[in-house]
Formats: sequence, structure tokens, C-alpha cells
Amino acid sequence: MDLALKELGDYISGSLGDVVTDVECRLDELIITIKREDILRVLKFLRDDANCQFKQLMDLCGVDFPEEDERFCVVYNLLSLTHNNRIRVKTWTDENTPVASATQLFSSAGWWERETWDLYGIYFADHPDLRRILTDYGFEGHPLRKDFPLTGYVELRYDDEQKRVVYEPVHLTQEFRTFDFLSPWEGAQPVLPGDEKAETTDGEAEEGA
Amino acid sequence: MAETEIKNYNLNFGPQHPAAHGVLRMVLEMDGEVIERTDPHIGLLHRGTEKLIEYKTYAQAVPYFDRLDYVAPQNQEHAFVLAVEKLFSVTVPKRGQYIRVLFSEIGRILNHLLNITSYAMDVGAMTPMLWGFEERERLMEFCEGVSGARLHMNYYRVGGVAFDMPRGMDADIKDWAENFTTFIDDLELLLTENRIFKQRTVDIGIISAEQCYDWGFSGPNIRASGVPWDLRKSQPYDAYAEMKFDIPVGKHGDCYDRYLVRILEMRESLKIIHQCLEYMPDGPYKSEDHKITPPSRADMKQSMEAMIHHFKLFTEGMRVPAGETYTAVEAPKGEFGVFLIADGTNKPYRCKIRAPGFAHLQAMDFLSKGHMLADAVANIGSIDVVFGEIDR
Repeated sequence: MDLALKELGDYISGSLGDVVTDVECRLDELIITIKREDILRVLKFLRDDANCQFKQLMDLCGVDFPEEDERFCVVYNLLSLTHNNRIRVKTWTDENTPVASATQLFSSAGWWERETWDLYGIYFADHPDLRRILTDYGFEGHPLRKDFPLTGYVELRYDDEQKRVVYEPVHLTQEFRTFDFLSPWEGAQPVLPGDEKAETTDGEAEEGA
Repeated sequence: MAETEIKNYNLNFGPQHPAAHGVLRMVLEMDGEVIERTDPHIGLLHRGTEKLIEYKTYAQAVPYFDRLDYVAPQNQEHAFVLAVEKLFSVTVPKRGQYIRVLFSEIGRILNHLLNITSYAMDVGAMTPMLWGFEERERLMEFCEGVSGARLHMNYYRVGGVAFDMPRGMDADIKDWAENFTTFIDDLELLLTENRIFKQRTVDIGIISAEQCYDWGFSGPNIRASGVPWDLRKSQPYDAYAEMKFDIPVGKHGDCYDRYLVRILEMRESLKIIHQCLEYMPDGPYKSEDHKITPPSRADMKQSMEAMIHHFKLFTEGMRVPAGETYTAVEAPKGEFGVFLIADGTNKPYRCKIRAPGFAHLQAMDFLSKGHMLADAVANIGSIDVVFGEIDR
């Protein structure tokens, strides 16, 4: 299983040339990272090539890594029914750079891309109908970004005087609690006086051996 | 007579309509009684599950999966625990696997019972609904017996299940399963050759195999179009590799075939349930690795280490090794996938939920074009949508 996937990965990167920046095979899953500009070419190749036949786009989603230069990763999960294989295609983008829409290759991409736009604000160029899909009509912001608070900014209630639903800034009766379970003892490397001596003696010992 | 311009009529279907199966709002562009364009507005049940999961530990995330497709909660939990187990590379003891497969199949029957009967009600048959709910209640009693909750079980755990099956339950399930065949026969008697039911469903909402690929279909909907694709067979998980069952396949890909596939799938599920009960091994029902599963009460009274494990698991939760996986199960509605990114802490970094209904509902525009208004109702029923999983 693993070996066949590796071969497939090599075949894909060989056929597509330097479009593919990275091929890896982890936990029996094939993952390729590609340049953003060539996404359509890669998807078309994966769909139509006889050795790939990834005819189904099962899932498309965004992931937010705020500390990266290009913070968003767009992930395509493809499935081949003929070869019983899956592949994950990744590409990177930021808030302003659009990714080409895959709707012309896979009709199913339409709503997945709308969702990704809604939740992350990743813009898809040439999408026929890029509206918000999951959030409220007139919602502002992109809730799945890491810098969007879990509680959001507005809450709504029915106002009896105005006889309609009104939006108000969110008011928490109890402060939102998060617990940090990361242990201060693991991974920390405090420098204690005298530590530098230990290193030098280690070094000498190695040299002596 | 002066020429008048005929304008298309816009019709708001739902969100409060019994045939909308929840909170679907569809804006239909009608030319007389014929549908020109369908624009489903979803998200009225959006609860931000994916965002919430990012702020919860892995164990706390499991109940959220019950609330996605609340008709068959077991199968959703199954996908999530399998994803975390894959990141841990932990193997589940055989008994745990069999219990999970058993309840996943019970979930499948729960789902198909609700879908078929409410679908029949959408197109005019009242009785199947009343009969089906009685059977669903029996199945939910098993769920209650094993986990304490009728509907939102929260029973599957990373590394196994929460509790062992109570003594005598296997006999009860076996009893029920033997009688259930007659129930399916009775149900079929009401519907399969029913003239009105066939008039409403045959040749309605046809989708070909190629179109199924294009729209990302899976589950009974793709099988009704003649594609023998079932993740339980092609990418087996847990004990499915040891089960003997067939994949029912349709021919025409219309509403009627989707109904037939579901009926036959219930019969196949019964086969799996019988095999699970017959070959269920004894032994532990969850992994013995207590970094993942809690130790037994008795151990905690004796062993300091077990006490620490218990405390750490229920405060901090488990630390899942960094990595990512897309794990999918054959949920009753189709491929339910979880794309999980772990960053080595006790909370998921990203948990994307791939709901089968999302892809199916997307094809509504394509399926309903050129059909009558009443056929849109048949289409919604036959593709089996539940808004808990679509809106997340």
C-alpha cells in the first residue's frame, strides 16, 4: 500500500515537473504540495490521467496558520474510485491573493469554495457564485480564522419594542475561560548557572573518546 | 390581444416546511409549475462545530459529532475516533471493534428507517412513518442500554468504546434482528409496488454515474446510479474486513432506485449485525494504553499510576502526536470524512468535517431543473439530507 502510493507520488511529481514542490507519504496518505498558479493544471492532470483517475473531489477546505508568510493552506481531498486511492493536494495563499476556482473541473467544488470563502476569506477567482453560505445574511468577518474569537463579536435577540431581531455587541455574563495545559516543565530549557561548564566537559569527553 | 411579458415566479420554499427536512430554505425560480432554478440557502442551523472543536480537548469533541447527523450519531463518532486512532497508530481490541461495527450498523438502520418513512410521507404515505418510528424506538433502547443515552450516545472512544455491552444485550439484539426482516417485508408491501409511490418516484431526479463523480456523490446515492462503491468494502475499517455482506446497486439513479438501495442496505446491515453477535470475541473492549483510555475504577483504588492517568486524562486530555489525516467512514448517508490536523497539544488544530449531505444538497439545482414543484420534495427526500451535518 505504502509503496504503491510512493510510486504514484513519484509518477505525479515526475509528470508535472517543478509545479509540485513537495511530495510526502504519511500515515498511508499521499500528500502533494503545489504552486498556487498551477492548481487547475494539476487538478486536471489528476482527474484525467490514466494512472490517477481522481475523478471525485470529496472535500475542499482551508486551514489557517497565522504565523506563516502565506497564512492560508487550501486543501483538496481527491478520491479515485478506479484505483481506490486518495490524494491530498495542498497549496498556499494569503488574504489578498486569489486561488483559481476548481468549479470548471469539479461541480462539487462550488459549495466547498463558498464555504472556504465564508469561513476563511480565501478568494477564489472565476467562481460563478461566490457568496457566503453557512453564516448569517450580512455577517461580517471570517469566523474560522485563528484571530476570530470563539464568542464572535455580535449576538442577537428579539426586541419586543421594535418587534424585530436586533444585533448587539456580544456580552458575556461570565468571562470566557481557557485553560493552558501545556506543562512548563516539558520542552523548557532554562539556563542555570554552571550549565556552560557541563557542555564544555561533554565536548572534551567526546574529543578524548 | 396585446402581448404580455411572462415573468418567472420566485417561490420561497421553507425554512419552516415539513418536507424541507429541517431548516432548508430554497428559493425556486418557477416557470408556471416547472422549476427553472433552485437556490438552496443553508446555514440556518450553523453552530460553528468546527470552531468549537478547536477549543475543546479530543474527548470533549466526540459529543459534537452526535449532533451533526442526529439521525445516526454513532457513525459520525466512528469517523472521529478512527481519525484520532490513526494519528496515535493505536489498535483497538477485537471486541471493541465488533461493538463499534455493531452499533454503526444499528445507526445505519436507524437512519434508513427515518429516511425511507419520512420520504414516503413526503410523497403521500402516512403509515410507514408510524411503523418505522416504533422500530426506531426499539433500536434506541439498545443505544440507551449500552451508553445511557437514547440518541446522542457519546459512546465511541479513542481506543475503543466507553463501556462494555451489558450482559444479555446480545440476545435482545438478536431477538430484534430476527423479527426485523418481517418488518422490512411489511414496509416493502406498503411501498415497493405501490402505484402512487412509484408514480411519484420512478424517473424523478435521475443522475448518471459520471454526474455522480462530478458532484462528489457517495453512499446510497452513488450506488443507486450503478457504481458499486462502498467504503466498508473498498477501504475497510475496524472489523468490516471480516464481515460478509453484499453491496446493493441500482440501475437508473432515480428516486425509486435510491429508495430500493436503502431497503436492501437494511437487509445487508442485518447480516452484519448477526455476524457481529455470533463472532463477537471476549476480552477487553478498549485499548490498554492508559495514556489514551481511562483505567478501570478497581485499578484506581490500587495503583498510583492509574490514578495519575485518570486525573491527567480528565483534566488535560490526551496529547495527540502532531500530524494530519483524512479519515472517512461509510456513514448511512455517504462518505463522512474528518480531516484532522493535530499539533501535538491536547486540542485539535483544525477539524474539518466532510458531510455527505453537503455535496448531495449541492446537486439540488441540477436534479430539480425541469421537474415539477412537487418533485423537488421527492428529490430532497431521496438524497437524504439532515441539516445538523450540512450546516455544522
